[in-house]
Amino acid sequence: MIELEHVTRRYGAAVAVADLSLAVGAGEFCVLIGGSGAGKSTTLKMINRLVDASEGAIRVGGRDIRELEPAALRRRMGYVIQSIGLFPHWTVARNVGTVPELLGWPAATIRDRTAALLARLGLAPGEFLAKYPHQLSIGQQQRVGIARALAADPDILLMDEPFGALDPITRMALQAEIAAIQQESGKTVVFVTHDIDEALRLASRIAVMERGRLVQIGTPMELLTAPASEFVRDLVGGDDLGIKLLGVATVASRLRAGETAPGVPIAAAASLRQALSRMAAEGRDRLAVVASDGRPAGTIHLADLLRR
Amino acid sequence: MTARPRWRDPLLWSSLALAATVLLMPLAKPLFARLFPALQRPLFALDSLPDLLLGHVVVVTASSAAAVLLGVGAGLFVTRPAGAEFRGMVATIVAIGQTFPPVAVLAVAVPLIGFGFEPAFFALLLYGLLPILESTVAGLASVPTEAREAARGMGMGEGALLRKVELPLAAPVILAGIRTSVIINVGTATIASTVGARTLGLPIIVGLNGANPAYILQGAIPAALLAVVLDLAFGRLLAASQRWRA
Repeated sequence: MIELEHVTRRYGAAVAVADLSLAVGAGEFCVLIGGSGAGKSTTLKMINRLVDASEGAIRVGGRDIRELEPAALRRRMGYVIQSIGLFPHWTVARNVGTVPELLGWPAATIRDRTAALLARLGLAPGEFLAKYPHQLSIGQQQRVGIARALAADPDILLMDEPFGALDPITRMALQAEIAAIQQESGKTVVFVTHDIDEALRLASRIAVMERGRLVQIGTPMELLTAPASEFVRDLVGGDDLGIKLLGVATVASRLRAGETAPGVPIAAAASLRQALSRMAAEGRDRLAVVASDGRPAGTIHLADLLRR
Repeated sequence: MTARPRWRDPLLWSSLALAATVLLMPLAKPLFARLFPALQRPLFALDSLPDLLLGHVVVVTASSAAAVLLGVGAGLFVTRPAGAEFRGMVATIVAIGQTFPPVAVLAVAVPLIGFGFEPAFFALLLYGLLPILESTVAGLASVPTEAREAARGMGMGEGALLRKVELPLAAPVILAGIRTSVIINVGTATIASTVGARTLGLPIIVGLNGANPAYILQGAIPAALLAVVLDLAFGRLLAASQRWRA
């Protein structure tokens, strides 16, 4: 879906991104992670031509983006930024309808789409459509920001530290929201963050950047179990490596089917980390497990968590 | 804004007061005779006040409209990437325009373009430019950068960005500058009568020359009321331009 080939971006003598090659497949949730100045935002902005590459080629859907008009290219991609950037003089409805309006959709279609998206993001349309951004909390504003990015149903979603300014609770809620939206819609997401927990939670693949270079790319499990360098090892785990490993695997993967156990059951889709936490809090060495439809699925044992 | 009965609207009342002042001034002749018993002619009769008010409004409107076009235009130009290097130069030129007293501009203009409307128009235009240019630059600078970045990121072209995002967000600041410029021009336009422009300055100038305080009042009161009316009208416009903030 998105291919970067030997892409370099220079600012004068400084090199922001150096010889970066990266392919993001359709439906992938690719997270770019690294410290500040690692070049991850610049990489993201080169995909929608807010920044042009100095060297190398970027293709989207097989076409070199230099052949495309920047405005047209951007209307095909959702864009969410940390500072949100809602238009303060427009209502929520008009903000969400920005790109459909630029694309010349009929007003009635825009209205229906806007209301449906707000509802999907947990904002009651009746209450929020006519509000102005300054009347919303930061979390609600970013929900509107995401709805705006999704408005024209783009195949690609570019997100530049979208949850960086949110409190931890709101951030968790929106992470769950975007993960669910991505899974049900199959959109290709490129997501920039410096928060490794966020990356491990959301990514199907993580690209680690350091000083403009790509140092490792792989699934969360690959990064945790086979870090390519000291830098990656420190970034992904450090002392918490074991806990993080438990965080990226589900209860379903260590399930003992058919057994039963007392106590409040845990969902099969929950992480092993959550299971460990429950065991520690409740003083048990096993928990009952239920499937997503609520039916008993089996049990999970403490010993199973320690298996590699 | 809180709901207020229409009849208590200050804009309505000051407009009515202005109209009444210029239309009914002849009726006030006994009053001026009483106030200034030494004057032989207590009522200005060289020209009709409604005509002078109209002339005043025309010269202020024309010069302010031109100042808005030039000031906002120059402000837009120097805040675009293409015009950025002219920013200092334009600001200096306009500031110099502001330092010339309008009387001096009138004095220089008359030998060049003659008496009447034109020298008044140019003097007021020059004098009204600075607040408009400065407020345009300040207004555009006040547009949040994240709104700009989001707009570009969503595929808004530069024209749409300016029209839909930058100008509406800068409008309150720009309007405040235009308001200052127009109000200053209403006062300055009285001086334009010295070069033959028909404004409410005529009774004032004639009154000053002839030591007739009644004439001065008959020009100054409607001129002051006109400034009040325009100021209130701009206040209304300003409130409308930022209703979303409420």
